[in-house]
Order: sequence, then C-alpha cells, then structure tokens
Amino acid sequence: MEGIKRFIADFGLPRVIITFYLLALFLAAPLVGVSLPASISDSLIRIGMNGIMVLAMVPMIQSGCGLNFGLSLGVIAGLLGATLSIEFGFAGVLGFVVAIGISQVFGAVFGYGYGKLLNRVKGGEMMIATYVGFSSVMIMSIAWLIMPYKSPTMIWGFGGEGLRTTISVEGFWRHILDDFLAVRIGDSFKFPTGAILVFVLVAVLIWVFFHLKLGTAVTAVGSNATYARASGINVNRMRIISVMMSTMLGGLGILVFEQSFGFIQLYEGPLYMAFPAVAAILIGGASVNKATLVHVFIGTALYQGILTMTPAIFNAVLKVDMSDVIRIIVSNGMILYALTRKTKVAK
Amino acid sequence: MNSKLRLFFIENAVVILFILLIAVAIPVSGLPRQFLMQEILMRLGRNSFLVIALLLPIMAGMGLNFGMVLGAMAGQIGLIFIMDWGIVGIPGVLLAMIISLPISIFLGWLCGSIMNMAKGREMVTGFILAFFMNGLYMMIVLYAMGTLIPIMNPEMLLSRGYGIRNVVGLDGVRQCIDNLIPLKIGGLKIPVFSYLIIAAVSCFIVWFRKTKIGQDMRAVGQDRAVADAAGIPVERTRIMAIVISTVLAGIGQVIFLQNLGTINTTASHEQIGMFSIAALLIGGASVTRASIPNVLIGVTLFHLLFLVSPMAGKNLIGSAMLGEYFRQFVSYGVIAMALVLYEWKRMTQEHEARAELRGGAAPAKGAKGGAA
Repeated sequence: MEGIKRFIADFGLPRVIITFYLLALFLAAPLVGVSLPASISDSLIRIGMNGIMVLAMVPMIQSGCGLNFGLSLGVIAGLLGATLSIEFGFAGVLGFVVAIGISQVFGAVFGYGYGKLLNRVKGGEMMIATYVGFSSVMIMSIAWLIMPYKSPTMIWGFGGEGLRTTISVEGFWRHILDDFLAVRIGDSFKFPTGAILVFVLVAVLIWVFFHLKLGTAVTAVGSNATYARASGINVNRMRIISVMMSTMLGGLGILVFEQSFGFIQLYEGPLYMAFPAVAAILIGGASVNKATLVHVFIGTALYQGILTMTPAIFNAVLKVDMSDVIRIIVSNGMILYALTRKTKVAK
Repeated sequence: MNSKLRLFFIENAVVILFILLIAVAIPVSGLPRQFLMQEILMRLGRNSFLVIALLLPIMAGMGLNFGMVLGAMAGQIGLIFIMDWGIVGIPGVLLAMIISLPISIFLGWLCGSIMNMAKGREMVTGFILAFFMNGLYMMIVLYAMGTLIPIMNPEMLLSRGYGIRNVVGLDGVRQCIDNLIPLKIGGLKIPVFSYLIIAAVSCFIVWFRKTKIGQDMRAVGQDRAVADAAGIPVERTRIMAIVISTVLAGIGQVIFLQNLGTINTTASHEQIGMFSIAALLIGGASVTRASIPNVLIGVTLFHLLFLVSPMAGKNLIGSAMLGEYFRQFVSYGVIAMALVLYEWKRMTQEHEARAELRGGAAPAKGAKGGAA
C-alpha cells in the first residue's frame, strides 16, 4: 500500500488517471466494435508524427528556460524549409533533405535571436515566448502573402495573392518516412518504421548531447544558475544553445509531421502548434524545470493515444464527438497542473 | 524644458507610435470620417467596460489578467438563459448580469486561488486557465445544455436536439442599453447610457483605490513580503482583485454582446482577453501601471487600427488579409513588447539591488549575465 502511494505521488495523480483512462479506452475498443489494430497503428503513426516536436521541449526545460510556448518559431523555420525546397523543385528524398537543411539554418538563426531575447527576460520566459511565437506567426502570414514564390503547386491560381493556406506535399515527399521500411500486417495495421526510427535517432542524439560536457553544462544552468556561474559556465551562452536546439528541433519536427500529414499548413496554422507538445511532455512526467527522454516517450504515447482513441470510442458508444472538448481539458489541465505544482527540484 | 519634453516622449512612446501609424493608415484606407467617428463612438461604449476589468489585478501586482475570459463566459451563460426565457429589454440585460454574478464570483475565486499557487507566473497560469475553462464551458454549452440543463426554446438548440447553436441572435436585448437615452449630434448616434455606466464603473475604480482594501491591494502589488509583514492578508487580497476583475468582465461581456446583437456561442469570449489587454497596452499602460485614461485612449486607438487596417492593406497591395494579419500582429506584438519591457526592467532592478548589496561595485556588469 505504501509502495502504491509513493508511486502515485511520484508519478502524479493526473498521470495515473490519464494512464487508466487510456487503458480503459483500449480495453473498450474491441467491445464497441473499434478495430484494435487500426487504433494501435493510428497511434503509432501519430507518435512518429509528433514525437520530435515533443523532444524539442527538452533542451529549454533542462536549461531553465521553461516550457517552450514559442515553438511556433521553429515551426516557421520548418515551413520555410518545406516551401523553399518545393520552390527550388526538389522532390523525393533529396527534397526532404533539402527542406531539413534549410529549416535547420533558419532554426539556428531564429533560435539565436529568440535566445538572446529570452536571456533579457529571465523568469518571465513562458508568457513572452507565447506572444513572441504568436506575433512571429502573424509576421510570417504577411510574408507568405507577399513573398515571390512561383511554384504553381503552392500559389493560388487565377491571380490570387501569395501562397495557399494548405499545400499538398503529394508528389514531393508525402509519407517518405512513414513508408520507409513500413511493416504492414493485414489492411489496417501499418508500422511507420521510418518515422519512428528518426524519432528514436534524434532522441539518442539528444541523450548523447546531454552526456557530453556541453550538455552537462546546459543542465547545470537549469538546475542552479548561480552555482553554474560560480563553476565558470557561461550561463547566457548555454541558454542560447538550448533555445537554438529547441527551435531547430521544432523545424525538423514539423517536417516529419508534414510528410505524414501530407500537407503544409501556412498562415495561422502554426499558431497553437506548441501547446500539444507542451501538454505531451508534461503528461509524460516532466515538470516546468525537469524533463528526460523517458518523459518524452511516455508523454507522446499517452497523449497521442488519447487523441486517437477518444474520438473513436466516443463516436462508437455515445454517437457524439466530444473529443475536441476532452482534448482541450486534458492538455490544458495538465499544463495548469504543472504550473501550479510545487516542484521537488527547487528552482 | 527639453528634458521634460523628452521624458514625455519616452513615457508615451507606444501611444505616439500608434497615433502616427493610424494617421498614415486612415487616408490610405479611404474610409469616410463620419463612418469612423460613428464606429469609434460605438466601440468605446462596447469595449471600455471590459478593459476596465483589467485594472485591479494590475494594481495588485498580478499583471495582465488573462483569466478575465472566465468572466466573459459567465456573462454569456447569463445571456443564453435570458434568451431562452424570452426576457427582453433592460430587465433581460439586468437579469443576465445577475445570473452571471455568482458564476463569475466562483470562477474568480477559483482563478485567484490557482494564481496564488503559482505566484510569479500569474499571467501564464491565467492564460492556460482560460483555455482549460473554455473546455469546461464548451462541455456545458454544447453537451449539457438541452440535456442536463433544460433549454425550453428549441430554436436555440442545434439540430441534433441538444447544445446551443453556434450563433444566437440577441434580438430581444440588442443595443437596449445604448438606445436607452437616445441622442444624436450631427448625424452621430451616441450611446449615452453606456457611457454613463462606464463613467460609474470608472468612479468605482477610483474610489476603490482609496478604500482600505484598495490600499492593501496596492501594497501587495508593491511588495508581497512587506505587505505580509504589515499584517495584510496577501492571498485573500489577491483573490479579491481577481474576483472583482472577473465580475466586471462578466458584466462587461453582457454590455459588449448587447451592442453586437449576436453571441457566437463558442468563440465570442475567446479573443476578449487578448483584445482587451492589447487595447489597454496600446493606451500606454504597462504590466504594473494602468489607469482609466489608458483604457479610453487604448480602446480608441486599437479600434481605429481594427477598422482601417483591412482596407489599408487592400488599397496598398490589394489584399484585405494583409491588413487583417497586420492587425493581429500588432495585438500580439504589443503584448509581447509590454511583457519584455516589464521583465527587462525587473531584471535590471534586481541586478542593481544585487550590485548595491556588493557595495555598489560595477553595477552594469551584472546585466550582461555570467561571463565570469
């Protein structure tokens, strides 16, 4: 009994509830006629789609910059990569690689500026990140309208202004990762090997980074900035590195998302992209100032599992689609819980 | 004299910038002056009350109350009920406000208590809380109304038999406050009674600041530790500020919607927090200081921009969306800028205090961070 109590205290009551909720959904699936293989397959695809954006949260949490509500900046870098790659006429694997390359360059530049800004507002990062993200999405919306893109697949036909709101990547790099070595069983089960592999690969790289000297320094800044400074670590530089990493991962993350989703969403599309990623890592057990890769894996699996299963089960049982409302309550409830929790790792 | 003038420009930089921006945008938009003046007169009556709701939490040091959206939800629930019961005119509006009261008091208490658990990050907490409560609100309005909560008027329900329609017309109470005292000057309709209400609530705020609780609030806003040492119940005072703000937001939302004449059930409240906060900041307020003049200047400038930017965008590069995006950029950007300035100032003060503790040596070095 003591053991269970401590486990719940460590794991957090909301997380326990969410886990049981998801288990209940999976158990209910066969009873109400929802195909279990299809559900699991959908969940896996969504984990592959969203995983890297959740990973993008780790560096900034570790360096003490808090939850990166400004992930949209990284998403914008990814969108620039995607659209420019198509504009230059690259397709297939090459197109995807070029898109990633361009997105990383923009991500590094944006991340540097964004990190500089966040260094001047220590303690108030989260709210500022949110609104910096929002305003850059709007600036980019103006840019999408007036930038001289020419590719006929991307601009409005018949004399419209600027790029389309959604651009299909069909014929360029749709499902390029999802279908790479994909394992199909029956008609309804598909294991998106490529996407999951990339997710794991990036996670391993991050794990390695945080075990190098540089990564340890970043973590030290997040745990105790004064102590880190006393040991001769350049606090501001470590923070900028973490923000740049986060932004670049955001760019990569959205590209992986788009190849699976099949569309590039421009204009106001990236506005709320950060929130699901934030919610996912918190569901996994991260707090505002501590996150590990385990949190990323558990969180992405739980969150995407809920997003896939809730509408399926609710539609089958109640004939109502309450999934949107449940998604809003679960994800924001989780963020709220993290913000108000007295964390054990004192700041 | 010269330095005084410079100080005036520095302190009012935001307001001056927006006046210049609008001075350029109005001729570009080509909108007639009569139309703009009528719209601004209307919108002052429509929005000022909501913006005033933000003032007390700022005084209590809790920053911009993104949680005011909770009050707006309460106001909308009140309006949905009076529309269902078919109560029209002033009694309807009054009843909607009365129904909203207990809901907004409860929500305000909840919001204040949660913010007390997250001291130092009240704003982001309020911001997320607004999203969270929006989920619960949607659950009530879209699923509980018409099933658990009886709704008698079938025309208000969605075709599936429960849940409120996305758009509900408020014909019974449309502009009934604005038109209570009809007045027209030079072809311009003036919503006299709305202005009277705004004047009354402004007087309330000014008076409230001078009361014991108001003074306590200011003390808590200046320094929580000192206020606590002086025997002020810090947490209770903070909750009080949020409760009053939420209640005012609820009433403000009823006034706002009676002027518009329709509720967008799932969306009317969502943008209210952001628009009100942006308006207040454009009026020259900061995260720690805001006054009634800031409200009035802010609403005027923000809504002028609101009105002219789509047309200006269309005339400039032939796209109305450009102006629309620009307007949204300005709303988000001005909030970001105000927050940056506030945090920056706070950090500089902290560094100065630390330098003073060390004996005043090399105060500027600290601001650059730990290059040691």
